[in-house]
Amino acid sequence: MADDKLIRAENLVKIFPMGSSQVTALSQVTLSFQTGEFAGLVGPSGSGKTTFLNIVGTLDAPSSGSAFVLGREVESLSHREAAGLRNRSIGFIFQTFNLLPVYTAYENVEFPLLLLKTPAAQRRKMVMDALDWVGLADRARSRPPQLSGGESQRVAIARAMVKRPPLLLADEPTANLDAENSHHILQTMEKLNRQLATSFLFATHDEKVIGYLRRKITLVDGRVTRDENCRPRGAEGTEPC
Amino acid sequence: MLTLRLALRNVLGTGIRAWLNALIISLALVVATWNQGLVSGMDEQAAQAAQAIEFGGGQYWQEKYDPFDPLTLDEAHAPLPPALQALVDDGRAAAVLVLQGSIYPRGRMRSILLKGIDPGQPILDFPTAKITADGGELPALIGGRFAKAVGLARGDSVTLRWREPGGAFNAQDAAVAHVMSTTVASIDSNQLWLPLAKLQEMARLPGEATLVVLARGTPPPAAPPGWTFRDADYLLRDLRELVKAKSYGRTIFLVIFLSLGMLAIFDTQVLAIFRRRREIGTLVALGFTRGQVIRLFTLEGALYGVLAVILGALYGLPLLWLQARAGFPVPAGTEDMGISIGERIYPAYSAGLILGIVLVSLLVTTVVSLLPTRRIARLKPTDALRGRMS
Repeated sequence: MADDKLIRAENLVKIFPMGSSQVTALSQVTLSFQTGEFAGLVGPSGSGKTTFLNIVGTLDAPSSGSAFVLGREVESLSHREAAGLRNRSIGFIFQTFNLLPVYTAYENVEFPLLLLKTPAAQRRKMVMDALDWVGLADRARSRPPQLSGGESQRVAIARAMVKRPPLLLADEPTANLDAENSHHILQTMEKLNRQLATSFLFATHDEKVIGYLRRKITLVDGRVTRDENCRPRGAEGTEPC
Repeated sequence: MLTLRLALRNVLGTGIRAWLNALIISLALVVATWNQGLVSGMDEQAAQAAQAIEFGGGQYWQEKYDPFDPLTLDEAHAPLPPALQALVDDGRAAAVLVLQGSIYPRGRMRSILLKGIDPGQPILDFPTAKITADGGELPALIGGRFAKAVGLARGDSVTLRWREPGGAFNAQDAAVAHVMSTTVASIDSNQLWLPLAKLQEMARLPGEATLVVLARGTPPPAAPPGWTFRDADYLLRDLRELVKAKSYGRTIFLVIFLSLGMLAIFDTQVLAIFRRRREIGTLVALGFTRGQVIRLFTLEGALYGVLAVILGALYGLPLLWLQARAGFPVPAGTEDMGISIGERIYPAYSAGLILGIVLVSLLVTTVVSLLPTRRIARLKPTDALRGRMS
């Protein structure tokens, strides 16, 4: 069943076999997200944050329950359809940046557009705009080993947002960054969210990230224990996360 | 196109490792081409030598002649039919009389073939003119290997013994007029060439012959009754079988060598999939299907083959060309193994040979590259993103 919500998960269960036993990573998780949210799944390691992100990112399928992303039911997607959805509509930002090592920053950012068969002139403009957004237009020709951790993550953000996806999934995006770079990255993401209405869903246990969230969902042992709206840093109104 | 571009970038991005792999495969390619070229060259040379020196453009055999059964030789001769005689008279054929006999070099008996041929014949390319009878001692022509085996040299005399049609044995001394160096063992081993007219006279078989060798390029007339025509293909059949048998051995060597190159690719692929798990996960997250990832890795492996072809062409073609011009010295004793070739083999490289080897290696490279990618199909993107194997 399709709906107008960006993400809708109902009674989501994910069980991983572990040798002869099983580990329940998600247990009856029901959540939904609207367009334009800046939300985060928080909780200790093993609480199911990444598993949830993987399922809504169509990289994994639930053991039971259902997940709808942009109106498409994850389990019903074929490999090809899931790849198409990721390519067109979902951006990923990883803890370890995951830049393609033999490509320059420019080529890394260009990659999703090549998959989308974007015409060359338009592609070039979009790539440079994205690099501009993250403040790395002057490092376009640098390769990943020549970039610092913060720069690498900014290139990864540019790569995730270059195709202007409605949804960006960020798994521990600041875990490998120092405080200054973390804030820089988060401010960039916040700007993207505000100016381009890109929805962000984080998986994190980093207090710096939590400080920027407008919605915080706490997961413990695969269950949602709290789901709260909160006031981001510097804003007024609700309680800060 | 995108996958090809990425594959090329990935392969070239690995730097020296890519070129080392390509170098190993290119070595296999060049050696394989050289090896096959050598066999082709040997085949061609042997066939040409055998035709020029022994078979001509085909032979008419007296119907009882069986070159593999010396016991038939006593009866395997007949007067030349007019059609064949006309060819001989025109200089388009040469008659040969083959008889059994013995010689006694240094007092030891040795069974041999006595072969009579017209010293002035223009058909076969060996020095029959050296046995032009001048009224003195009976001149004989022998091959270098046989001369060495029986200890005869130019100017030596040797006693011949043969059987006349009535069954009586006769004997005569012959003088070695010339020791010829020939690449065709079958006109050398255990035989003595004498002037045809003298042998016919000695054996009391005037005007008779065992076989008639046709000049190359002469259209063969129909075989007269009592004679059978054997064309060049028939006569070269054994030689070609021999070359083919030798080429099987070389093919095994080629397969082993090519396998070493392929092992390098297989190893590189397995290692690449293991080392690039995170990259595989990233590609899938960015929108690649598993099929596209498999295609990318297979293409990367296949590109090693393409690089090898380019690299091999750069250094291999000049080397092979030089080798084809300079030839390859034949190791001593090779001719005793049954192959008739000159002192050097000139490898022959046809476009088909080179293209065939290139295509086979590209195909094998692609298959070898594809095999390890089956792991990708089993790899979960979520595990790959964390750098884990499923």
